[in-house]
Amino acid sequence: MSSQEILFLLSGLKWTLALSAVAFVTGAIFGLLVALARTSPNRIVAKAAEYYINVFQGTPLLMQLFVVYFGLPLLGLKLDAWIAVAIGFTLHASAYLGEIWRGAIQAVPRGQTEAASALALTYWPRIKDVVLPQALRISLPATVGFLVQLIKGTSLAALVGFTELSLAGKFIANQTFRPLVVYSVVGLLYFIICWPLSLYGARLERKFAAASR
Amino acid sequence: MASTQSAAAPVASPAIAPMIVMEAVEKWYGPYKALTDINLSVRQGEKIVLCGPSGSGKSTLIRCINHLEGYSKGRITVGGVNLTESAKTIDAVRRDVGMVFQQFNLFPHMTILQNCTLSPMRTLGQSKAKAEATARRLLERVKILDQADKYPAQLSGGQQQRVAIARALCMEPKVMLFDEPTSALDPEMVKEVLDTMIGLAEDGMTMIVVTHEMGFARQVADRVIFMAKGEIVEEGHPKDFFTAPKHERTRAFLGEILRH
Repeated sequence: MSSQEILFLLSGLKWTLALSAVAFVTGAIFGLLVALARTSPNRIVAKAAEYYINVFQGTPLLMQLFVVYFGLPLLGLKLDAWIAVAIGFTLHASAYLGEIWRGAIQAVPRGQTEAASALALTYWPRIKDVVLPQALRISLPATVGFLVQLIKGTSLAALVGFTELSLAGKFIANQTFRPLVVYSVVGLLYFIICWPLSLYGARLERKFAAASR
Repeated sequence: MASTQSAAAPVASPAIAPMIVMEAVEKWYGPYKALTDINLSVRQGEKIVLCGPSGSGKSTLIRCINHLEGYSKGRITVGGVNLTESAKTIDAVRRDVGMVFQQFNLFPHMTILQNCTLSPMRTLGQSKAKAEATARRLLERVKILDQADKYPAQLSGGQQQRVAIARALCMEPKVMLFDEPTSALDPEMVKEVLDTMIGLAEDGMTMIVVTHEMGFARQVADRVIFMAKGEIVEEGHPKDFFTAPKHERTRAFLGEILRH
């Protein structure tokens, strides 16, 4: 592969990372809201969040991207491919992170919320100071695991024409007629990003397990 | 004292007005009736020990007083505030009522000092300096000041429970509820917690204690209340209660727990 081709792959990698970062950050913000709604004492709010999670967990990510990219323009919303995939992945990530954090919030022992309530702490300080710090710790390995899934999942954005790493690889492979080499390099690039994250997740899990002992 | 007019109870003088009043309180869990016709009045400074077999509703009763459990019927008034489902009355009551749990329930991600200062800062709006000064004074009182910067997991059960008492006291409550505070402790740690509670009682705190520590009841209680199947069966001064229980169920229960 020429250096020009490698640079093209790296520019694809840049977009993969950018899309992952945006999806994770915005997904985390909305995911936190989904998790809080899902665990809300208000039954209507909790039910709405449950349906939201079910819809996005129960349908393929690719369909979600197609709906946003091809569907929304039919309603008069013409979106740039970048914006469309960012929205699609944000919805996807918020549902999954919402469900991961819902589980973590509910895994915090009930006595913690009761003690906070008995100390007259109201909902926000109870959540912010007592429940979430403990829930975050519980959820961290699963959250990092989801981030790895998300990074690999961004390759689906290729199918709506967003030139991230996988689509860049396809272009180069078609050009050079050497798919084996090119896709191996592409795979290696994904691995270089994802593997350290997986190791980091495993390390956090061990660290927190030791700290809570 | 008698001349100060309480804003919450403008009619009665605070020296006479009871601190806690429960009138015909009922509590249902679905089809299961957990509390039946509970009538209880607790004076300021009074120490009450609640006992009874497990499932008799003693924990449920005290958890209704700070609304960790809602009640289904009747009326509860704490410090002149009528406790309803509204967040406003619940918050008002919880500010006046401290609680100590069987499992301590300290916040594991915070130091002992942070455990004690969290609610005074968040709920009462105290400055960090003021909250920490109060916390140190109360940790000193429960003889645990030297552990202030440790985390709960680094302390023994007895130490954790004394921290839990100090943490509740930091809110300067008018009433303290204890839900089986020594039941989860190793035997050698029971005494240090009971001693702390006795000290608190001697200082005039209004206390409701769910416990099977009958020695504590004899020494501290103004009244012992016996519950069974969600009802108050019998109540009396510990002297009468232990020597001449009136009801068959009370006698059977005392026979069970005093035998060994």
